Amino acid sequence: MNSAILILTMSLVTIFLRFLPFLILKKEPPAYISYLGKVLPPAIIAMLVIFCLKDMTILAYPYALSEIIAAACVIVAQVWKRNSIMSILIGTIVYMILIQIIFV
Amino acid sequence: MNIKTLQQAFLKSIPVLAGYLTIGIGFGILMRNAGYGVFWTIAMSVFIYAGSMQYVGVTLLTASASILTTAITTIMVNTRHLFYSISMIDTYKDAGAYKPYMIFALTDETYSLLSDGKTPDDIDASQYRFLVSLFNHSYWIIGSILGNILGSVLPFPTTGIEFSMTALFIASFVEQWLTTKNHMPAIIGLVCTILSLLIFGRENFLIPAMLFITLALTLIRNRMEDTI
Repeated sequence: MNSAILILTMSLVTIFLRFLPFLILKKEPPAYISYLGKVLPPAIIAMLVIFCLKDMTILAYPYALSEIIAAACVIVAQVWKRNSIMSILIGTIVYMILIQIIFV
Repeated sequence: MNIKTLQQAFLKSIPVLAGYLTIGIGFGILMRNAGYGVFWTIAMSVFIYAGSMQYVGVTLLTASASILTTAITTIMVNTRHLFYSISMIDTYKDAGAYKPYMIFALTDETYSLLSDGKTPDDIDASQYRFLVSLFNHSYWIIGSILGNILGSVLPFPTTGIEFSMTALFIASFVEQWLTTKNHMPAIIGLVCTILSLLIFGRENFLIPAMLFITLALTLIRNRMEDTI
């Protein structure tokens, strides 16, 4: 039941965000909003990267090596080929191998 | 429904096909590992239809987060959709009956396909954009169902599959970094979030991080306006 309410919440908030500009703006948005539209996305993506890595153990063995190595693979693959799906697949496979076999 | 429009829309959607199937399968497996079956997976992919939010959503569901935390997290993760919508107001203005669904289905990927405003000649532009949106949505739903069903019969352990979410954000981060000249917003995002994590701890840092980021970006606005 609780899960249903949370899914409904995520759904309604997402719908609200997608519809809001169509409901309140007729033409050009205020300059401050346009500015946020340009600068917020990279900052939020950075925030989400940290959010995903928040449970890393840095100060004890294995010193978050699985995360660091897998993240480095994603970065190198993305810079090299610019293909997000491929980068995600490579990083995830490397991470799964590292935590299942190497740093057990 | 015009066959040529259907055909053109399908061709346009092919780049998203592979991506949504892959990330959808990842989401489906995560849901399976978190103890949620096909019904819940379909519900999320049909009614939320926002990839990164659904990944974060699995964490919220398993942690039995409060409605308030869920709502605020959704606002933060999905704020960018406000800006997709803002930039599509003009493009979508004559879409008529197709419009509500097209707005609902305006994901990162659909936006990236349709944001140039171009459509093939001799077809109904609104119907075409509607169909591209619908194709993409169906790939996402199919991918997540596949992942949820196959997740339990895969011949290898799926421990660590949750890194696909981290990888998704790192790849977007790198891509944004490579396509923008001014890296200040990305750096502010990193610094504010790490500071917030150190001050407020891993349970409570997201909301302050979002506030720090917005505040920092607002304060440097005058210096930024010329360079972006």
